[in-house]
Amino acid sequence: METYLLIASRDPFTARDMDGVYDLAASLAARGHPVTVFLVQNGVLAARRIPAAEPLTRLARSGIAVLAEEFSLRERGIATDRLATGIRTADLGYVVDALADGARVLWN
Amino acid sequence: MAQRKTLTFALMDPPFESARSTTALRLIDAALRRGHHVNVFAYEGAVHLAFAHQQPHANAVHGRSLEEEDHPLPRQWIAALQAAAEAAGLRLDWVNCGLCVDERGVGESIAGVRRGGPPDFARFVQESDNTLVIPVRD
Repeated sequence: METYLLIASRDPFTARDMDGVYDLAASLAARGHPVTVFLVQNGVLAARRIPAAEPLTRLARSGIAVLAEEFSLRERGIATDRLATGIRTADLGYVVDALADGARVLWN
Repeated sequence: MAQRKTLTFALMDPPFESARSTTALRLIDAALRRGHHVNVFAYEGAVHLAFAHQQPHANAVHGRSLEEEDHPLPRQWIAALQAAAEAAGLRLDWVNCGLCVDERGVGESIAGVRRGGPPDFARFVQESDNTLVIPVRD
């Protein structure tokens, strides 16, 4: 079973197709694939404890790992204790490790 | 240290226009620090990343001289990645798409960056353990 890492680099306020990324994550997980959503750059704006984080917290509740990149958070002044429920932090090396482990990594 | 792999990155963005360029270089750095060989296929605007004639500038608005501004340049970052790869005994094979180079007139790249084409990317994909394409998206 293929493992997927979906990189979400844009915020859902300006990129309306990010909902498609979240839906893809849910669909893949429903088919039994291990899935991680990795937020980087402005993608981490959706990780804040705000109503717009609901799609991501829903993914996290369903068992999908939702990670926000630490450097992107620091750049944007987002403290890690201000993240929405279920969202954890990781450094960019997580993406490299996923590639090295053979995951299918898609950049959005 | 994790098992050594060969990872390929395909880049499209020109420098100074998107955070994707910086993130891409950070990914390449992370891959090298983890002991992996790296291939880079730079096409479209990304062929500007290693352009040899990038120049820094002063900042008259903030009153900083050339030295004080210390303007970073992507060609310097790529050179630093090359040095890091060499020091670690790793391969960083950076290929610019020749078609894209010709279109943009950026034929002079820093040392260690070579001219190639789409067949190089196909070969990279076939011969590496994994590939990440970082597309241009607005």
